[in-house]
Amino acid sequence: MIKFALGRLLQAIPVLLVVITATFFLVHSAPGGPFSADKAVPPEVIKALEAQYNLDQPVWQQYLNYLGDVVKGDFGPSFKYSGRTVNELIAAGLPTTAELAFYAMLIAVGIGVLAGVTASLRPNTMQDYVPMTAAMIGICMPSFLLGPLLVLVFGIYLDWLPISGWGDIPGDKILPSITLGTGYAAYIARLSRGGMLEVLSQDYIRTARAKGLSEPLIIVKHALRGGLIPVVAFLGPAFAGLLGGSFVVETIFQIPGLGRFYVQAAFNRDYTLILGMTVFFSTLIIVFNLLSDMLAIWLNPKLRQEIRGTK
Amino acid sequence: MKTFVSPSLLKTTSGNTYSRVGYSLLTLILLLLVGCGTSENNVSNGNRDNILHWGNGTEPQSLDPQIATGVPEHHIITAVMEGLVLKDRKTLEPIPGIAESWTISDDGTIYTFKLRKNAKWSNGDPHIAQDYVWSWWRAMQPALGNLYVYMLFPIKNAKKYYEGEIKDFSDVGVKALDNHTLEVTLTNATPYFLQLLDHYSTFPVHQATIEKFGTADQRGTRWTYEGNLVGNGAFTLADWKINRRIVVEKNPLYWNAKNVRLHKIIFYPTENVTTEERMFRAGQLHVTNDIPADKISVYQTKSDSSLRLAPYLGVYFYRININQPHLADKRVRRALAMSIDRDQLTKNIVKAGETPAYAITPPGTIGYQPPRQFNFDPEAARQLLAEAGYLNGEGFPTTEILYNTNEAHRKIAVAIQQMWKEHLNIDIQLLNQEWKVYLASESAGQYQISRAGWIGDYVDPNNFLDLFLCGGGNNRTGWCNEEFDRLILEVAPKAKTHEERLAIFTQAENILLGDMPMLPIYIYASKRLIHPSVKNYDSNLLDQPSYKDIYLESPMEAAKKDTNL
Repeated sequence: MIKFALGRLLQAIPVLLVVITATFFLVHSAPGGPFSADKAVPPEVIKALEAQYNLDQPVWQQYLNYLGDVVKGDFGPSFKYSGRTVNELIAAGLPTTAELAFYAMLIAVGIGVLAGVTASLRPNTMQDYVPMTAAMIGICMPSFLLGPLLVLVFGIYLDWLPISGWGDIPGDKILPSITLGTGYAAYIARLSRGGMLEVLSQDYIRTARAKGLSEPLIIVKHALRGGLIPVVAFLGPAFAGLLGGSFVVETIFQIPGLGRFYVQAAFNRDYTLILGMTVFFSTLIIVFNLLSDMLAIWLNPKLRQEIRGTK
Repeated sequence: MKTFVSPSLLKTTSGNTYSRVGYSLLTLILLLLVGCGTSENNVSNGNRDNILHWGNGTEPQSLDPQIATGVPEHHIITAVMEGLVLKDRKTLEPIPGIAESWTISDDGTIYTFKLRKNAKWSNGDPHIAQDYVWSWWRAMQPALGNLYVYMLFPIKNAKKYYEGEIKDFSDVGVKALDNHTLEVTLTNATPYFLQLLDHYSTFPVHQATIEKFGTADQRGTRWTYEGNLVGNGAFTLADWKINRRIVVEKNPLYWNAKNVRLHKIIFYPTENVTTEERMFRAGQLHVTNDIPADKISVYQTKSDSSLRLAPYLGVYFYRININQPHLADKRVRRALAMSIDRDQLTKNIVKAGETPAYAITPPGTIGYQPPRQFNFDPEAARQLLAEAGYLNGEGFPTTEILYNTNEAHRKIAVAIQQMWKEHLNIDIQLLNQEWKVYLASESAGQYQISRAGWIGDYVDPNNFLDLFLCGGGNNRTGWCNEEFDRLILEVAPKAKTHEERLAIFTQAENILLGDMPMLPIYIYASKRLIHPSVKNYDSNLLDQPSYKDIYLESPMEAAKKDTNL
């Protein structure tokens, strides 16, 4: 297992290098620079600013410098937010975004698995159709629609919940977490239904039934472990997706997370911030994919054997 | 070890597991909901504790007055710093700030400011005239990248020093005669000079603090962060949580502290205008930065007193690239200008209190009324277009309107496209580009007609007319008229009286409108929602609040007062 993990981590290095290189040259080739503005900027000011941020050097030189800094874990200063480093901006937004992603994940897994398993127990009956229809609606409903709807109903008309902020007013974390988690809950519901249906038709389940075990015991003890493998495999990318994809929810609910920086950085041509965020998210995606693969291996004896076989 | 579990027991257990999860979830949600019946909110708490909750648009990029450029930065900087003069919150006339008085020499070139003896920095250091000499020296260091350095160019030799023509700063016209007397010598009489001194780029900065965190001309040091920033304004920076909030607290050392009634102001970065409006409705903000366009009519029909629309010192216009062969003819440009129905546009498309513009300078700018050379007159427009060789629009090349991607700009462009088709029978295409791409295209002259807007930095026609000086960075149309330049740069500064100066501007603006390298469309309006408890907030042309004067009064207190009367 350790060898497998190390191998995968080594593979990640060229992947990251490609990501950095592609992003670096893409952002530098986009029209307009970080210092252009509506009001004309005198050429001497542009020159002074470019010198301060080493943008007056040839692009390849900047690229090599950047690679050197990234290896040291230094993403450089932000161009837009004067005096802030990219590391500082990531550190400021990450806890909030991670917390939001965590709650959204809890909701997604809690509701998704419950709905999926419930549906799989009586396929093609109302017990299946109702949660699956709900899941289909959940998948189709974008967060920029669901968020404002929840705000209107629970925030404005019923006046039960705060509609913006994060950790400022009690209860202000509920609506954003639900908004972000719903789409994933729906997806997990469909995955766990599929996984469970497959497992429930396996021979060993039939054996368990023949032995006279109760249905709940069969489901909880024997079926869930196999049936949830697709869900587990999905969790890693899902968590990375929640972290990186929270932009819309952060904007709707005025949440000081990372997502807002990411999009603003692109609009502002804040080169270092775009690059820093991209490298950071790429690393997260790689790590979470690895973790979910390892979890899947641990859950699935077949895969464990395969890995041992390749030794 | 094997444990025997009775199947019936398991059944109930797992059945219970499901319901237990369900109950726990419900309980959790209910628990979280408790206390959220939001009778208590920022506004009611703020009214009680004198804390103003302010929607501020975006996260500020810097609070260094010599680096910052945006309006959100402006709102925070003016809370924590102050210049030599302030502006009357209604008329915007200069009133004493850090300078308690000043004299102007007869020829209008020498200003002598007497600084308040009780003015102090927020760390207790005395505030002296030398602070201005140092601050303005810093502002003129090219490496600092101060985009507003031109605000100081009326000062004698300032431009030459900035451009490196002279090396010795003592030749620049700013001198500390003693600790409390500052003498500023200008190149020419500049009637709007006092207006500039309320702009944050001319504010003094605290030398020792800046030098503690870096060199004077170094960008991006940490001197503007909470705990570090030393200012001279009515408030001090207490907290700065990135993308969350900026808190300023009343400064007890401020020279006029006894008249400051707010204890705190909390600025929120409210990028999403729809969310901001909802925050206002939920009582989380006293003042919003903007209003979603489609909500304005809702507030208007309810005649909600929170809605505040006021004229704003800015003009929305289209630049015309006169290097395009078919747009080089001024008759074509005038025809385009005359076939835009601005009344319809402002009433039915932008709808937020904007007024039609027929000149580049907003009316009423220090008493200036811009000339009006044309009206909406499709008949005359067609005539002009025919004279230029495009009878009934035939043969007129398809022309492109460039705008930065934004729904409001698109709507306006579509309306103008239709108006020109209807009145002139010419074909217009729309091209939207992302903001920075659009800026690059416009500066490079790669456009035919391009959307633009200009917000005044100070209240003077000069600030609008000098956009169109030959080869100026903000001109971007290719238009150049020597007589126009002469009037703005040489004649106007030497005018003897205010009236004479305005007459010169009228003359210059007439030249501009005669050639029409741009199409004025409308004058901006400031749009805010302001809670009724916010008192002494007067809208002015610069949309510049005077925090010192603002106080909060809950509707209940107001009612109490009424009954007592």
